[in-house]
Amino acid sequence: MLERIEQIREEGRAAISRASDAAAVEEARVGFLGRKAELTTILRGIGELPPEQRGPVGKTGNEVRRELEGLIDEAKARHERAELDDRLAAEAIDVTLPGTPPVLPGHLHPLTRTRREIEDIFVGLGYRVMEGPEVEHDYYNFTALNYPPGHPARMLQDTFYVDAGSLGPDPALVGSDGEPLTVPPGPRDVLLRTHTSPMQIRGMEEQEPPIFIIVPGRVYRRDSDATHTPMFDQVEGLAVGEDITLADLHGTLLTFARAVFGPDRDVRIRPHFFPFTEPSVEVDVSCFRCGGTGRFENDRCSLCKGTGWLEILGAGMVDPNVFGFVGEHGYDPDRVQGFAFGMGIERIAMLKHGVPDLRMFFDNDVRMLEQFR
Amino acid sequence: MKVPVSWLAAHCDSGLDPERLAERLSMTGTEVERIGIAGAPSPDGFVVGHVVAAEQHPDADRLRVCTVDAGEEETRTIVCGAPNVAAGQTVAVALPGARLGDGTKLRKAKLRGIESAGMILSETEMEIGEESDGIAVLDVDAAPGTPLSEVLAISETVLDLEITPNRPDCLGVYGVAREVHAITGAELGPEPWAEDAEATGEGDVSGLASVSVEVPDLCPRFTGRAFTDVTIGPSPLWLKARLSAAGQRPINNVVDITNYVMLLTGQPLHAFDLDKVPGGEIIVRTAAEGERMTTLDDAERVLDAESVLVCDRNGPTGIAGIMGGQVSEVSDETTSVLLEVATWNGTNILRTSNLLALRSEASTRFEKQLHPDLAMRAQIVASKLMVELCGARLVPGTIDVDNRPASMHPFDLGYHPARSDALLGMDIDPDRAGEYLTRLGFHVHGSAPQEAIAVTVPPDRHFDVIREIDLVEEVARVHGLDEHLPATLPGRGGAIGGLARHQVLLRRVEDLIRDAGLDEAITWSFVDPARGGLAGLDAIEPVVVHNPLSEEQSVMRTDLIGGLLAAAAHNVARGAERVAIFESGRVYLPEKPPPEGGPLGGRFAGIRPSPIAEPHRVAALLIGELTGAGWRRAGRPADFYDAKGLIELIGAGLGVPVAFEPEPRPFLHPGRAATVLAGERPIGWIGEIHPEILGRIDARSGAAFELDAEPLIAAATAGDERYEDVTTHPAVAEDIAVVADSGLGAERIRATIVAAGGVLLGSAKVFDVYEGEQVPDGKRSLALRLEFRAPDRTLTDTEVAEVRAGIVSALEGIGAELRG
Ligand SMILES: [Zn+2]
Repeated sequence: MLERIEQIREEGRAAISRASDAAAVEEARVGFLGRKAELTTILRGIGELPPEQRGPVGKTGNEVRRELEGLIDEAKARHERAELDDRLAAEAIDVTLPGTPPVLPGHLHPLTRTRREIEDIFVGLGYRVMEGPEVEHDYYNFTALNYPPGHPARMLQDTFYVDAGSLGPDPALVGSDGEPLTVPPGPRDVLLRTHTSPMQIRGMEEQEPPIFIIVPGRVYRRDSDATHTPMFDQVEGLAVGEDITLADLHGTLLTFARAVFGPDRDVRIRPHFFPFTEPSVEVDVSCFRCGGTGRFENDRCSLCKGTGWLEILGAGMVDPNVFGFVGEHGYDPDRVQGFAFGMGIERIAMLKHGVPDLRMFFDNDVRMLEQFR
Repeated sequence: MKVPVSWLAAHCDSGLDPERLAERLSMTGTEVERIGIAGAPSPDGFVVGHVVAAEQHPDADRLRVCTVDAGEEETRTIVCGAPNVAAGQTVAVALPGARLGDGTKLRKAKLRGIESAGMILSETEMEIGEESDGIAVLDVDAAPGTPLSEVLAISETVLDLEITPNRPDCLGVYGVAREVHAITGAELGPEPWAEDAEATGEGDVSGLASVSVEVPDLCPRFTGRAFTDVTIGPSPLWLKARLSAAGQRPINNVVDITNYVMLLTGQPLHAFDLDKVPGGEIIVRTAAEGERMTTLDDAERVLDAESVLVCDRNGPTGIAGIMGGQVSEVSDETTSVLLEVATWNGTNILRTSNLLALRSEASTRFEKQLHPDLAMRAQIVASKLMVELCGARLVPGTIDVDNRPASMHPFDLGYHPARSDALLGMDIDPDRAGEYLTRLGFHVHGSAPQEAIAVTVPPDRHFDVIREIDLVEEVARVHGLDEHLPATLPGRGGAIGGLARHQVLLRRVEDLIRDAGLDEAITWSFVDPARGGLAGLDAIEPVVVHNPLSEEQSVMRTDLIGGLLAAAAHNVARGAERVAIFESGRVYLPEKPPPEGGPLGGRFAGIRPSPIAEPHRVAALLIGELTGAGWRRAGRPADFYDAKGLIELIGAGLGVPVAFEPEPRPFLHPGRAATVLAGERPIGWIGEIHPEILGRIDARSGAAFELDAEPLIAAATAGDERYEDVTTHPAVAEDIAVVADSGLGAERIRATIVAAGGVLLGSAKVFDVYEGEQVPDGKRSLALRLEFRAPDRTLTDTEVAEVRAGIVSALEGIGAELRG
């Protein structure tokens, strides 16, 4: 009996190693370990053997069974793995075909991106963002910003006015007499704001000092040529407290310029004139293409036209006369001081992204828009 | 303002080369727009020559062969075509190699067989005048060979200055010289009006002329001087050269003097032919409404009752401060001159100049308000030149009608160094400040540094420097902001920065739409009243621009879709098949701004409400495929449901329940249009663009929406979420199929289910629609997934079955039934 068991061991080993696929292994399992297999039968009939044989037969029989089981599992795993490999190999694809497009993200307008970038920089510096009306009263656009009556900026050739008759019934503050526009335009007229500066006044009317706000928005001037569009975008800034200085303006704009144009930038401040600031300045940032040298790749830098500087904004200390218009809101010209600035978003976007023509921003050609993420 | 550098240097020589000087000026507030050259690009090759002989060319009637001493060992032969060339003349000679003003390089040339080794120059060729029918004869005593630039500005560097409107003093060369003195410390020459001309004429000016000013408010000062024995002729070359370089055309000596003195002092003058002023009587008055006169430029001008005229007995002779008339113009026959130097009301001059659309060198100065003291300065400088250049005799006396108001009297200001330092954030030594102010022409009282420095404002700066802050600016800019101003950051004072909630959420909306594949457009605020042929949009009376640049941009937009359609047309015309664009911007409605609703609704800060309502909107337009097709998937033009999916995306991103109710609009496909609601509130529209409109922009498909941002964002719950426990007791999901008439809206069925489901029905979503063999004609089957949930327990099958039974009977109530 023991001899027979050893024979089954040998036969089993041979059959398993001969099996060429998972099915043959299964066949071997049924043949050697199945319910009708010889070894199963021997082990099942062990109780009928003479008592002295039961121990050795049972021991060897179970040992052989375990061995064959192990071999079968091993062979089965081996063959299944090989078959999977074959199947996967057959499933190979051409990985060089184009991928299936997901919904690709669209694009924010470069002006929106630039505006948000500017907003975020000033938010980081502790400013709030405000919005104001684009159709505005002369009062906010000119009078309260210290523009004298008859100032050239008020003239019809520079500023868009709005027909009072088209403002709807009983528009606030507009000539209730329904008079047509006067020449020169008068202080009660309604216009398309020429700058975001009216929001200096509106902002101060709303909030007592200290105030730190920026105001992005559309503005309008009667200009249309290669370097002017009648509609463009500005960001106004206003910081007023008890001890805010011109040097603080300098530092703020230096910080801003470095945030937008890079950490190596410098700014320079040139005295200028605006009716609503005193002293007034214009601010240049050192050219980021030529590093302020005016020379780029052995030629005159085309971005800064060889000057090494790019004009980016106008600014100044808020004129005491302007505070005079909001004195009742906590802005006593003898007690508060601060700065204001205004910059063109298009100018900064053009500089940053090399957009050659201002008018491209308003063509909305998707071939242009899709260049900006 | 064009300032010839040699002229400037005659009054203040900074010693700086033009580039350095320009930079210094720019950095102290006088921007130099350009450094130009008047005349030849370089003075090299131009010398003084002496005509030794001038003989007829043997082979050409109109040419002369000249022998010219140009200071060299041998004389030169120069062939010259000018009729006036003659032996003995001192002339300007260009030698071969010299570059002329037009850039051409002079070469030796044979003229009818005779070689010409140079060129004798005319005024035109030197670009100093217009007399080109002959060569210019120099009235200087200079040796042959002397560089021409030593006697004439043959190659003049000109600074083109941008003078800010507050600095009319710099609209005169001497004013610029004072500025150069202030910013460089270089010595300033004596005031050109320091010494008056000697009056050698007969009698007194009062015997020759009289002035009556009827409008003293508009004419604070009127001065007049008379000159006899005037000889009209060309001005000397040096004067012509300066005028030409400064951009003024030389005319005759008297007119040139008035222009020259204006350019030097900043004060305009006007010369009358005194013999053409009947009785020498001048009247200054306002015009009658509609009164006409012909100005020097031969144009007839129609005036209004606020315009000021300078008249004689017979009528207007000039428009005050703007342009003279032809009546008493100085001519070649003039022998006596009345020189008017007046001060006008700047605002009035600006107004009239705008009314007439007529600007002149005089009006650009007067409109900035000149001080009456400037008038006599100009009289004095002009008088000396009249005597010197026209052989005139100055008649003793000056007519001076001085009506200046008290506001034009001199005044003092105090400068407090400590206040200045506190405003600038920069310390400036008080002694230095005093010195800067002195250089600028302010009279500084006292000497030792005190708490305050008292200064008297000079007439040149009377209307500009009126407060201490203005002095601070002067001191700061001369001190040098670029060089000295520290860069610090302001103290916050407790202010907190940040975006407001509506700003954060608006950005979220824009980002959601962008990430769904759309490009952002920015279109014009002003549009064509005819909407560029895209008529059929909602008819709202727009806000009208009074003075538009063009009809196409003459009214304010009342919607965004018009601009998007125009942008789409632009792209389709350029071959784009897919145009998926959106805009986030305002519309302008002729109505009062809302009483509340914040900036997105058009309610802005400030105590005066804005004149109109400017609500912010978000609109999108989808033409062609929204999602990209590839080799595995065919594309499909975006339709209503794609647009609706975008709105649902926005709603999901903001936490706003959005709903849609069918409602036609004229510019939309009548069966594919709806009103969009946020909660109960209508916030805009959605639909497929009407095929007629699509046809006009050559597009085959188009779906769009336009939403008011304020109600959308006001309804947002994003950011306000509270935690809800949905994990302890999980939901039970069940799918049902509902069969109903095809005309019964899906939302109606869903809403019925939600209402009947009560608190235990967490959600109900349509996930399939079937029409076909399995359902009767005219009916369709909607598949919905229901989720049942209770916050405090896991629902039993019995509980769910009860709710479900309620839903079934509610559905029966609207004619729908559960299938299967
Ligand atoms: Zn550069």
